[in-house]
Amino acid sequence: MDKNLINELVSLLGKDNVLTSKEDKINYSYDATPDVQRYEPDVIVTPASKEDVIRLVKIAAKHKIPLVTRGAGTNLSGGTIPVDGGIVLSMLNLDRIIEVDSANLTATVEPGLVIQRLNEAAAAYGLIYPPDPGTVTTATMGGSVSECSGGLRGLKYGVTKDYVMGLEIVMPDGEVIHTGGKTVKNVSGYDLTKLFTGSEGTLGIITEIIVKLIPAPKFRRSMLVIFDNLDNAGKTIADIISNKVIPATLEIMDNVTIRTVENYSKIGLPVDAEAVLVIEVDGSIENVVLNEFETVKSICTGNGAVSVKLAESDADRDAIFAARRAALPALAQVKPTTILEDATVPRSRIPEMLKAIKTIGEKYKIRIGTFGHAGDGNLHPTILTDESDKEEMERVHKAIDEIFSTAINLGGTLSGEHGIGMAKSKYMEMQFGKSGMDVMKKIKQALDPDNIMNPGKVFWRG
Amino acid sequence: MTVYDSIDEVRDELLKCMKCGNCMEVCPVYIETKKEGSVARGKIRLIDALLNGDLDYTEGLEERIGLCLTCMACVAKCPCGVKVDKIIFGARAAIVKNRGLHPVKKAIFSVVKRPKLFNLGMIAGSKLQGLAFKKHVSVTGAHPRFPFGLDMRRIIPPLAAKPLRSQLPEVIKVPNPVKKAAFFTGCSMNFLYADAGLALVEVLKKNNVELTVPKEQHCCGMPLLAHGDAETVLQMAKSHVDIFSKLDVEHIITVCGSGGTMFQHHYVDMLKDDPEYAEKARRVADKIIDISDYIVTVIGLDESKLGTLNMTVTYHDPCHLNRGMGVKDSPRIILKKIPGLKFVEMKNADRCCGSAGSFSLTHYDLSMDIHRHKSDAIKATEADAVTTGCGSCIMQLADGMNRFNMNLPVYYTIQILAKSYEAKEMEKKQKS
Repeated sequence: MDKNLINELVSLLGKDNVLTSKEDKINYSYDATPDVQRYEPDVIVTPASKEDVIRLVKIAAKHKIPLVTRGAGTNLSGGTIPVDGGIVLSMLNLDRIIEVDSANLTATVEPGLVIQRLNEAAAAYGLIYPPDPGTVTTATMGGSVSECSGGLRGLKYGVTKDYVMGLEIVMPDGEVIHTGGKTVKNVSGYDLTKLFTGSEGTLGIITEIIVKLIPAPKFRRSMLVIFDNLDNAGKTIADIISNKVIPATLEIMDNVTIRTVENYSKIGLPVDAEAVLVIEVDGSIENVVLNEFETVKSICTGNGAVSVKLAESDADRDAIFAARRAALPALAQVKPTTILEDATVPRSRIPEMLKAIKTIGEKYKIRIGTFGHAGDGNLHPTILTDESDKEEMERVHKAIDEIFSTAINLGGTLSGEHGIGMAKSKYMEMQFGKSGMDVMKKIKQALDPDNIMNPGKVFWRG
Repeated sequence: MTVYDSIDEVRDELLKCMKCGNCMEVCPVYIETKKEGSVARGKIRLIDALLNGDLDYTEGLEERIGLCLTCMACVAKCPCGVKVDKIIFGARAAIVKNRGLHPVKKAIFSVVKRPKLFNLGMIAGSKLQGLAFKKHVSVTGAHPRFPFGLDMRRIIPPLAAKPLRSQLPEVIKVPNPVKKAAFFTGCSMNFLYADAGLALVEVLKKNNVELTVPKEQHCCGMPLLAHGDAETVLQMAKSHVDIFSKLDVEHIITVCGSGGTMFQHHYVDMLKDDPEYAEKARRVADKIIDISDYIVTVIGLDESKLGTLNMTVTYHDPCHLNRGMGVKDSPRIILKKIPGLKFVEMKNADRCCGSAGSFSLTHYDLSMDIHRHKSDAIKATEADAVTTGCGSCIMQLADGMNRFNMNLPVYYTIQILAKSYEAKEMEKKQKS
């Protein structure tokens, strides 16, 4: 990168906020995504204000330099890898909570804020911000809005896009726009808030976020249910919903995951079980919660559950959720490389999807543990492999291709909550067709004609 | 082959890291700097680049690998079980081999490894410290007068007039011994906090424990290991294994987490391929026990010996005591059992105080930024005193009191127990 340009950045932000060493370039060449190529940026900058961001974007626009916006770098789709080099904007210094507005049930925050900090601030008002991705204690608000992350409570409470009410965005030419706002009803013009949410940093840079908060549910009941037959587990999921109960959490783990979790943390899961469901109902009226709980319990028993373990105390609940939370760590310890996918299907197709994944694993002789958010159809087939084993990786890639085509054939989608980035862009046309991709490309070209915003993402380059 | 013989030995640990970034939540350094190069994931990637030939032994690498407290918070958090501390120690050793040891550190370490000279130096230091340090008004401590590699703002506690070990016989006999234990004093208790050592001896005497305090014992080597001088540490490890394995004792009591962790884990690890020492080191390691665990789990806390202490106390978990040796319950059990004493848990008690031994000397500002969270947490408890189980933390906590305008005394947990014993004696005297 041109030395004058670096000097320009230094005079704008100060020496400490412009990183150009080899070590720094290595440190911003990756994120949490496995099995993708790393690319080094030319420079990393750490702006401290919206004004900094505007000036940076204007410099980049003038010189047509790629800009890759980064929060904590915990995404799983290669979303923050600077494929074309250029400038990485680390947004972690823009981390203020501007306000918690308890009258309007909103919060306004800066993008570098860690999600958990918002939860802590909201808790003081008896409110919660429901989206809870697995990285809630490390990921930033800006990153999770850009990737539209989900979490364990998607079924009942929705995902990030259901909570983003308004955004402030620095556009690729340095102009600032405001979308949405604090009003629940808002149909003025195109819904740009939804367009930018989940746009993976390819359309502009978020500098402020208004989110919806909701009252914290006062009561909850949890259980862990064991099945020796996958179809029974699948039928249970369908029956719970058709009986008009929407659990806050409805998670599933398959046999490979159960075995691995049991081997890892010895919590007494039966290793021959075909499926485990973790279910929690919650709400603010105790009787309603208890009734729902009884309904779920009898559905489980009626569908041939081998055992239904009820949480009688907070400690019981913690133990049940610890089993679910141990899924990824346990699987991750088995082999050096852990590839976590998030193909998603309509929830009624979950048993079919689980069986298909099992067959694919057997066909390509690879180990896949599947767990995930059964209630919203979002599964995490987790491939346990070794990046250095070229031959196995070929089989892994074929298996991934087949997992995605299966998900789409079942009426599902490539990604429920991780985003497309560089990891899944080659499958996009399979889901949207050429005309669907053309519409997206036109939007991208109209807003970012020089393609400086996170280039090489979402759209497959071949 | 250990990681100290060859950095290639950390390859398997590096491979385990899946770059999830969970370490970002707990790394005290990253929380301050917010830079990828200062968190475990980032350092692991840099060492990976080094092993793959994408990066040399650069100054930038040395700087970043230096930015670690080895507080092991990331190790406890890591879903993949990556032993980050081992990677860091291995990398520092490799950096020293390739870039050499900083000349000031080299001079200091060459003295530390020769116990007699170190002893002599520290004794001379206690007599001459007035020349080198000027007294600080608010707390018991002093500022360095001359810049000899230490930060001028730092408060250094006064050296004990007489080191602990020179005040004690090698074997402390009791009339009817129920247990026999050895006592590894560590440098901070020997040279700085001798009073706490005397308190410990009193407590054990009253419990009929025969204590052996080997005269030849020396520095555990943690400061050297932390700075990459693994070669010297290996000699110290062998020497300590020799000294302690010849004693006829059931336990070896330690009073700081770092010393205990060295004996329990690092010596064993460093000597694992040495045919002469491997087994011996393991046997010594098996006898290592922190004083609070010794009191609670070996001799049992005798409540009839406890007198009333009307005070509110909070407890700071030293990183190496908690995550290194796994001791977190016993100090709290002791404190909670003392009549009259109100125990208040501080927020994030297990978070590093920022001292990390000499890290606080080489990175003073960052160390104090990290410590600010600790001093805020202490303030919020409204306690009258802070207790902990590591000399290095005590030094940092005392310095933090000065820095953040607080005035609480800082004690080893064993000192509080000794005070409670004394209170009981007083109660008995008053009755009779």
